[in-house]
Amino acid sequence: MSRYLDAAVELLAPAVLVIAVGLVSTTVSPANEIYFLTALVSVAIVVAIYVFVGNSGVLSFGQISFVAVGAFASGVMTVPLESKQSVLTDLFPLLKNHTIGSVPSLVLAAVLGGVFALVVGLPLMRLSGLAAGIATFALLEITHNVLQQWTKIGPGATTLSLVPDTTGPLQATVGALIAIAVAFVYQRTRLGRKLRASREDPAAARAIGVDVHRQRFWAFIVSGALAGFAGALYVHMLGSITTEQVYLELTFLTLAMLVIGGTTSLAGAVIGTLAVSGLNSFLSQAEQGVHFFGAKLDFPSGTRLIVLAAVMALVLIIRPSGLTGGREVRLPRRFR
Amino acid sequence: VIIGALSWGLGWQELSDAVAIGAIYALIAVGIGLVFGVLRLVNFAYGQLVMAGAYTLAFTSTWALWESIVTCFAVVVALSIAMELGVFRPLRGQSPAVMLVTTFAIAFLLQAIALLVDIHDGTIGEIVFSQIGALNESVNVGGVDVRKVTFVAVGTALFALLVIALLLNRTTIGLHTRAAAADFSTARLLGVRANRVISFAVVISGLLAAAVSILLVVSNPLVSPDFALHETIVVLIGVVVGGIDRLWTATLGGFTIGFASGVISALLPTDQSVYLPSVLFGLVIVVLLLRPAGLFAWGRPTTVERV
Repeated sequence: MSRYLDAAVELLAPAVLVIAVGLVSTTVSPANEIYFLTALVSVAIVVAIYVFVGNSGVLSFGQISFVAVGAFASGVMTVPLESKQSVLTDLFPLLKNHTIGSVPSLVLAAVLGGVFALVVGLPLMRLSGLAAGIATFALLEITHNVLQQWTKIGPGATTLSLVPDTTGPLQATVGALIAIAVAFVYQRTRLGRKLRASREDPAAARAIGVDVHRQRFWAFIVSGALAGFAGALYVHMLGSITTEQVYLELTFLTLAMLVIGGTTSLAGAVIGTLAVSGLNSFLSQAEQGVHFFGAKLDFPSGTRLIVLAAVMALVLIIRPSGLTGGREVRLPRRFR
Repeated sequence: VIIGALSWGLGWQELSDAVAIGAIYALIAVGIGLVFGVLRLVNFAYGQLVMAGAYTLAFTSTWALWESIVTCFAVVVALSIAMELGVFRPLRGQSPAVMLVTTFAIAFLLQAIALLVDIHDGTIGEIVFSQIGALNESVNVGGVDVRKVTFVAVGTALFALLVIALLLNRTTIGLHTRAAAADFSTARLLGVRANRVISFAVVISGLLAAAVSILLVVSNPLVSPDFALHETIVVLIGVVVGGIDRLWTATLGGFTIGFASGVISALLPTDQSVYLPSVLFGLVIVVLLLRPAGLFAWGRPTTVERV
């Protein structure tokens, strides 16, 4: 029995956290709602990264490429037809003359993310160690460069605007839950177990017949599809997007969230994201002046980034294995 | 390579520019490679050391040239040592991912601090160096206009590499550093003091960062918080492409990626030149696939790599 109980807790703990954030977001003022939505969409992005980085132990800087592809594909396809034809004049006719709803665009983004990951994963997943990390970085640079310059598939260097902002509290919560559920199912299946075994000890995993590179390839595809999906959620939350928003800064921030939470667990991915997002929102409030436990806080502007970066560095120095220590949430022994 | 490039219709002009970029990148590569050798740490915040140097130069631009340069070296080396004491030392022995992400955070931190620093009345202004700026003038060598800074960059790079090669090969501390880079725990068992070699590597890499900041400021006098960020990323990639396990392959990798970006930008048709990063990083992926241990890493691997 306790096996199933453990599994239930492993899934429910992050899910309940996300639902709690989603519920709180419906009670706050519209001005503050964006902080909660950003946190929820970040959960989806970080969980997508976790599926590959956390389970395989290979650092990838390239997962934001799939977020970018998902965001732009979904964004371009949902801009209303009249405005698209007047603004995005260079598009391929197929993209220019069709518009789809937000929900199909989420599916489209997930499929595209998965297919893109499949195509680039075929060569890239043969690499290991630092070479793999750097190759995924090169992938991010190429994706950014092409999205920024090729005006036949998107807005190029200009802002893609007029995307319907359909990601509200409900959609963001459900989106994050879907990402968590997929990640949970993946890490509990044979494929996930094999990959996690190869992360802990590549030689031993090989000895029991695990094809390490093939397992990484499957995780890369799942991660790519989830990242594309998360990118679509992201663009529908923002309503407008530029290529710079899905590039280096997002890559570093989401990786930091994952490592701060604890790279090797789903709970770590979710807790790290919520902790960093929470701190970030609190600090941006404090810059505008906020009452906190009776004290009036009013930080000069610019302190947000400094404090955020300092706290991230401190957490990593004091607790290198992350807030969760890389472990899943478990019930205390006497309840099991 | 040079003859091949010339036969593709490249002029000496483009080649000399490419060599200048390559020389500066090689200097950054040595700074990153030295620290990686002893600490197994990819220092992403290295670019922010260069940025700090550029800010120091900007602030002291009214001073005499030598005062300004000495201050720049002092600030960057001090910051480099502070980084080692405050960040690298507590993290020693952690997994590469944790170390790398921590240096991301440090890079963010230094950038955020730089954002708050105003130069010239609230704007991160354009700092034109009356004295250093003269290096941008060209001299005519055999029908080719070569900017003076090219000579300075290539000269500095060669000089720095020579000094470092001598230090590593002819001094005790250099021998210790090489031993530590090959196998840290065995070296310690044989009496190499870890903190000394690490401090040595960190100070040298700080000196190099200061030199790079001066060279970069000449061609790019607009000092901003993301100064040298792009260069550092490209060099980090180049270092891995060249082979990060040995200092000279790492340096060569840094030079190659700088040189290659110069050559590719000259070869691309004008209307396609915006796709320079795609071509360059596409090549990076191809090279990594063909030679994952490093483009110049001949012979047997120095460390058994974890898959």
